[in-house]
Amino acid sequence: MPRTLPILCACLAAAAGYAAAQANVRIEPSHLEGPRVLQQQTADAAIRDYLQSWQSMGAALEQNRADLLNADFAGAARSEVAGAIQQQAALGIRTRYQDRSHDIQIVFYSPEGLSIELTDTVEYDVQILDHDKPLSTQQVRARYIAILTPSEVSWRVRVLQANPD
Amino acid sequence: MRLGLPFLLAGFAVSMQPAIAQNGEIGLPKAVEAGNPFSIQSSGSGKATLYIVGLGQVLKRDVNLGETISFPAGSLYHAGHYVVVLAGPTGTESGSLNVTAAGKPAELSFLAEPSRLPVGLHDGITGAAYVFDAYRNLIVAPSSVSFELSSPTGAAQRRTATTRDGAAWIAMDSTAQQGKDKFVAEIGGISATRVIGQVAGDPCELKMSAKSSGSEVELETDPVRDCSGNAVPDGTIVTFTESYRDSQSTVDVPLKRGVAKVDMPAHDGATISVASGVVMGNQIRWEGR
Repeated sequence: MPRTLPILCACLAAAAGYAAAQANVRIEPSHLEGPRVLQQQTADAAIRDYLQSWQSMGAALEQNRADLLNADFAGAARSEVAGAIQQQAALGIRTRYQDRSHDIQIVFYSPEGLSIELTDTVEYDVQILDHDKPLSTQQVRARYIAILTPSEVSWRVRVLQANPD
Repeated sequence: MRLGLPFLLAGFAVSMQPAIAQNGEIGLPKAVEAGNPFSIQSSGSGKATLYIVGLGQVLKRDVNLGETISFPAGSLYHAGHYVVVLAGPTGTESGSLNVTAAGKPAELSFLAEPSRLPVGLHDGITGAAYVFDAYRNLIVAPSSVSFELSSPTGAAQRRTATTRDGAAWIAMDSTAQQGKDKFVAEIGGISATRVIGQVAGDPCELKMSAKSSGSEVELETDPVRDCSGNAVPDGTIVTFTESYRDSQSTVDVPLKRGVAKVDMPAHDGATISVASGVVMGNQIRWEGR
């Protein structure tokens, strides 16, 4: 009954094939409550797709292209980031998000298997460009909560929300 | 690149905000509740541009340094972390603020399964709920969600669960009566309802009778019910088996109007049994009457 995930204090990029090559990724043991057992393969897939979502979100916000969100986002999360992209484009702003580290823990797997919730303490850089002129780069450390739901071939981020520690 | 700035941003809390906290070199509200008004006070003189940038919203505003910059209700409504940059004539200053979900629930995302199951299953029905505010922000503060499963007779099971990181779940027993149950999750006057179809379980006390009909014996079951007294659905297969000397005949009959009927050869001394699924019924030894 693999209820806990092994701690992987390693960069998973090479093994999993996602693009977050620069980001250090740490997976904390899960503390799941609920009747459904989370299989290791399912956990790996959800985390892989979640990390990929940071890459596509970064590209979308840097290029002001909401279509880049389609593969990894759904529902409210997609609408919100797409809204921010629309606002950026209207204001002549672009933003560069570069994630540097993730500390991820899966905290909830819904009994019917249709959602996974994880927390992620992320360290990332945000650079704001106004009409291509860099204004500021800020280092951020924030605790995010993400809810993922399965799609045809992958898990998609449906909620992505930073919360104060 | 940090330059000496002739201005200083100072957070200025309106009455509904928490106390201002210094955040780096500029003062900003430490947190703003989604949708609430807030304001920032700058110092210095001259023109500047204020940027508030997050994953859900981006604001840009021309400001006059030294004035209070007010944001009306509804300006920032997506919970999250925001980078704040004030670009003035001699350089930029930056800080950050958090927008938190509003405390009042406004929406429940309720997942229930299965949509159909047999009666009387322990923990057979599960429900999970995520709690959101009016802006579709996940409310992460622990809160109590009520779950109620009610059968067509009005009998109800009620449980509560406390959310953790915005999620709560529950498992409940399917009730003893078949029909459509209402499964309701509720918090703060907001509710979501799912319908769970409960069907009869396996047959219980399967019993048949026999009577002679010329060269055949007419076999008919009593109305087939589960152990809670619910009628087993028509179409459920009932198997009649007749053993006579070294031969065995088997007939599968679907339930029709709650009973199964079949005619089988009347052999004196034959043994006839009835079963449905894993449930065995009674056995008859046919003696010609």
